[in-house]
Amino acid sequence: MPKRKTKRKRLNIPQKKPEKLIDKNDVRIDGRKLNELRPVKIEVGVLGNADGSAYIEQGKNKILAAVYGPKEVHPRHLALPDRAVLRCRYHMAPFSVDERKSPAPSRREVELSKVIRESLEPSVFVEYYPRTSVDVFIEVLQADGGTRCAGITVASLALADAGIPMRDLVVACAAGKVEGRLVLDLIDLEDKAGEADVPLALMPNFDAITLLQMDGSLTIDEFEKVVNLALDGCKQICALQKETLKSKYVAVKEAMEE
Amino acid sequence: MTSSPIVARVKQKRIVELVSSGKRLDGRGLTDYREVQLEAGAIERAEGSARLRLGKTEVMVGTKIEVGEPFPDVPNEGVLTVNAELVPLASPTFEPGPPNENAIELARVVDRGIRESKAIELEKLCVKPGKKVFIVFVDVYVLNHDGNLIDASAMAALAALLNTKMSNYELEEEKIKVKPGYTPLPIRNYPIAVTFAKINDKLIVDPWLEEEQVMDARLTITLDKDGKICAIQKGGYGYFTIQQILEATKIAREKSEALRKLVVKG
Repeated sequence: MPKRKTKRKRLNIPQKKPEKLIDKNDVRIDGRKLNELRPVKIEVGVLGNADGSAYIEQGKNKILAAVYGPKEVHPRHLALPDRAVLRCRYHMAPFSVDERKSPAPSRREVELSKVIRESLEPSVFVEYYPRTSVDVFIEVLQADGGTRCAGITVASLALADAGIPMRDLVVACAAGKVEGRLVLDLIDLEDKAGEADVPLALMPNFDAITLLQMDGSLTIDEFEKVVNLALDGCKQICALQKETLKSKYVAVKEAMEE
Repeated sequence: MTSSPIVARVKQKRIVELVSSGKRLDGRGLTDYREVQLEAGAIERAEGSARLRLGKTEVMVGTKIEVGEPFPDVPNEGVLTVNAELVPLASPTFEPGPPNENAIELARVVDRGIRESKAIELEKLCVKPGKKVFIVFVDVYVLNHDGNLIDASAMAALAALLNTKMSNYELEEEKIKVKPGYTPLPIRNYPIAVTFAKINDKLIVDPWLEEEQVMDARLTITLDKDGKICAIQKGGYGYFTIQQILEATKIAREKSEALRKLVVKG
């Protein structure tokens, strides 16, 4: 069927791409060093209805995650006799990017939902809840590169917040190559103009890599360095993840004592 | 690749035991590929096509070229579109309907290899900057599913692109006028995907269906003609250690060179 298309143009023109993303002192366009993360802010238990929820801001990324379950599976035929099904939906809000994104799930979102699910599932004791489902919803409210990684980080916290038994937290971070240099935690500009992007998710206590993707061009040696850089970033974010989870229970304890 | 079909425990145990001792159920070594048979240009109606057999896995890829508008951020480049269909005749687990997440992942991994290695010289496919470019459609059609669809599809897609021909044309008052004769689609790189399965902490290449059903996780590494990595995709519910990933990149480089010779002749 022919789609009706209207010519549309954005009212607010986004800023032009600068000529250089990294200056001669190895300072990046947003003022970071090559191996520096964006500022990360995490909260848990941010939504009333969800069994577990969390919110992350990583630079300009703003992402909410909610977990419902374990609960009855709908439709029922998807239920598994020996374990829970983990379902995952990664979705971007229409206003999260420069050009309005159609709210219908794009092919990119379908693929990301799949790889995010596969990155979280190794951490969950799915065998504890046969015939049930655990549903994870990730909503990207504002995107600026690395949303799948921030999405995994925040979804793992939402799972923990929901009290789902887990082997470990999952934490994710990307690294890549921009203007010939290896950098940590790329923003959208760097991702688009850069030479390579490697998102990676880690279960830190097992040294288990549960998500690994790459696009761009890297030699095998560069790839090894980029992976190590991303692993470093993961460990830094994981410290914040744990702190956030603990602080929630400290707050509860203090409230009880009052 | 599809919603977990059930494998008999005995068989599962047998596959895992064999892999642990460095063997496989079909007699291959851990890093051996199945036999590759390639028939290029099987469909005359398509601009380019290839039918590829990898053991019993069989895929067909056809390419089509149309005229359309470029993306606004790259106004002087042609457009590449990859789609994959898991046709119901290929496996009892495939169902008719719009592409599911497995089909979409397959298409996107094949797409990433071609795109990121800059295999097609897209800047040569511009007719009028910002207005008119050629769109290359690569359609992957899975005919028989016996495991490792990614590698088979990526190889078949490359083979199809290599025998894709475009009609000669000239511009007449902004309109494309077809002239007699053809020129080959400009190709500058040859990406090859190498897929690993992790079974009981061992890596095997080119998993066939039953190995895919018992594997813990899957890793696809795509390398270009210079031995550089251009795409990676991890799949499955398990995990890899960094040592396993680095080992895989080295095996993948070796394997991709041999496979490239089969696809790119002369």
